[in-house]
Amino acid sequence: MLIAPYLLVFAVFVLYPVTYGLWLARNPASYQTLFDDPVFFRTVVNTIFFLLVAVNLKFLLALFLSGFFVHEKRWIRWLSVIFIIPWAVPAIPTIFSIRFMLNPEWGVINSLIFRLFQIDGPNWLTNPQLAMAMAMLVHIWKALPFWTLILMAGRLAIPRELYEAASVDGASAWQKFKYVTWPSIRTLYVTSTILSLIWTLGDFNSVYLLTGGQPADQTHVLATLGIRYIRLDQLDQAMATIVVALPFVLPLVWFMMKRLSKE
Amino acid sequence: MNKFVREARLWLIGIPVLLWTLIPIYHIFLFSISTKDSAFSGRLWPEHPTLRNFGIVFREEHFYLHHFWNQIWNSLWIAAATGVITLAVATCAAFAISRLKVKGGRTVMNAALFTYFIPAAFLAVPMYKAMGTYGLLNSRWSLVLAMVTLASPYAIWVLKQASDKLPWELDEAARIDGATPLQLFRLVYLPLMLPSLVAIGTYALLLAWNEYLYAFLLLSHENTIPLAVGLGHFLSSDDSPWEILMATALVYGLPPAAIYYAFRRYMVGGLTSGAVKT
Repeated sequence: MLIAPYLLVFAVFVLYPVTYGLWLARNPASYQTLFDDPVFFRTVVNTIFFLLVAVNLKFLLALFLSGFFVHEKRWIRWLSVIFIIPWAVPAIPTIFSIRFMLNPEWGVINSLIFRLFQIDGPNWLTNPQLAMAMAMLVHIWKALPFWTLILMAGRLAIPRELYEAASVDGASAWQKFKYVTWPSIRTLYVTSTILSLIWTLGDFNSVYLLTGGQPADQTHVLATLGIRYIRLDQLDQAMATIVVALPFVLPLVWFMMKRLSKE
Repeated sequence: MNKFVREARLWLIGIPVLLWTLIPIYHIFLFSISTKDSAFSGRLWPEHPTLRNFGIVFREEHFYLHHFWNQIWNSLWIAAATGVITLAVATCAAFAISRLKVKGGRTVMNAALFTYFIPAAFLAVPMYKAMGTYGLLNSRWSLVLAMVTLASPYAIWVLKQASDKLPWELDEAARIDGATPLQLFRLVYLPLMLPSLVAIGTYALLLAWNEYLYAFLLLSHENTIPLAVGLGHFLSSDDSPWEILMATALVYGLPPAAIYYAFRRYMVGGLTSGAVKT
């Protein structure tokens, strides 16, 4: 009885929509149209780059910063409280703010470049490659604090004696990381990376609010492309876009579910 | 000397981290207190800081702000409804799975986890279609129900973890005293779970307040849209007034940030530990 409300929510808002959506997406013609759309190819390339670069860069930074934030100093603890802001605040204000900073004519960054070097700065958001790079930076800015906290929790769970013993044996900082820290947090690192891969694939805000897919629909990722098709009233294409990503997403989801239901 | 070098190295990391974190935030603040002309001067502090922009926002004195208070109300209403419904749905489910060990609890848990892991932007497409079928598009309920769907899997999972930690002796003692499951739920379970419930309620509330994608997909009528979508409208033209947009954005972003920090004690303990299990 108590479980019924959730079952109802799941059936009405997940099970039925997904089943119905997949049924809508059974038509091979919509895939043909999708593959013929030049925007689609570009989007797939963008998405792959986004996942590979943004996720890995984010995790290397998080791994490094988690080592910084575990230092027991008052100012570092305060810094960690500030550091969490990007994750704690809603996406729109900060992404719009960054969008303005990057505006080629009026933005603070290009104004600064002009004042220092008397040259015009790059067109951050109208050059497709640069715009994708900026979207990755926005994504990292927003998501880094969360993953740093997670890896920090992993580091804090390592018994201190291990480090003390390593110090007694004369281990260098790098050796301590290699033989004590990394083996202890490797599983957490891999699990987190996989979860982040799935979620980054669904990161609509960092791309859409920064570039809106512009210029000329050159900066879409799969998440924004699906929504673009909805706005164009091409629902079949929107579903097809998502179905194309499923062979990649579902194994990762399955892996995560296995991981979590093990205990 | 060695100690000094180590401390300096930490500062060498700390200062860039501080700048990287705060510059986009400070940029919002700077614009919101600048006049239109001085906003672009490139100064770190405006010559004549002003609260005029906020006055314009609160008095709805701009084309994009004609429905400002209505949008704030919608945002509030949607966030509150999402928080309450998510809490109710998730608490019941977690209690049934964790304490009553109902049949099929595992399957339900898996269904919830599946929803949690699927990228929300992907689920948005079929959800949009379904909301159309249900005739809910452009009703605030569509967004509330969508957000409940997105928030409750994680809520159930975290509450189940918390609930599994409660000692079984309590349940047995209550049963021996002749308590029905419902009494057990109300008199034993709810009070003990209070910290987790606060955390989860806040989580769902913030999730709904902050949401942009689902809001702009499901709601487009100017009377039903929340502030997040209203903010998005500013970018529909190239010459939108940045300083007013940033003032509105600050008004929109401050409450969730304040709530987050007020409940941080619960959020950090309750939520990050639950996000990823080793």
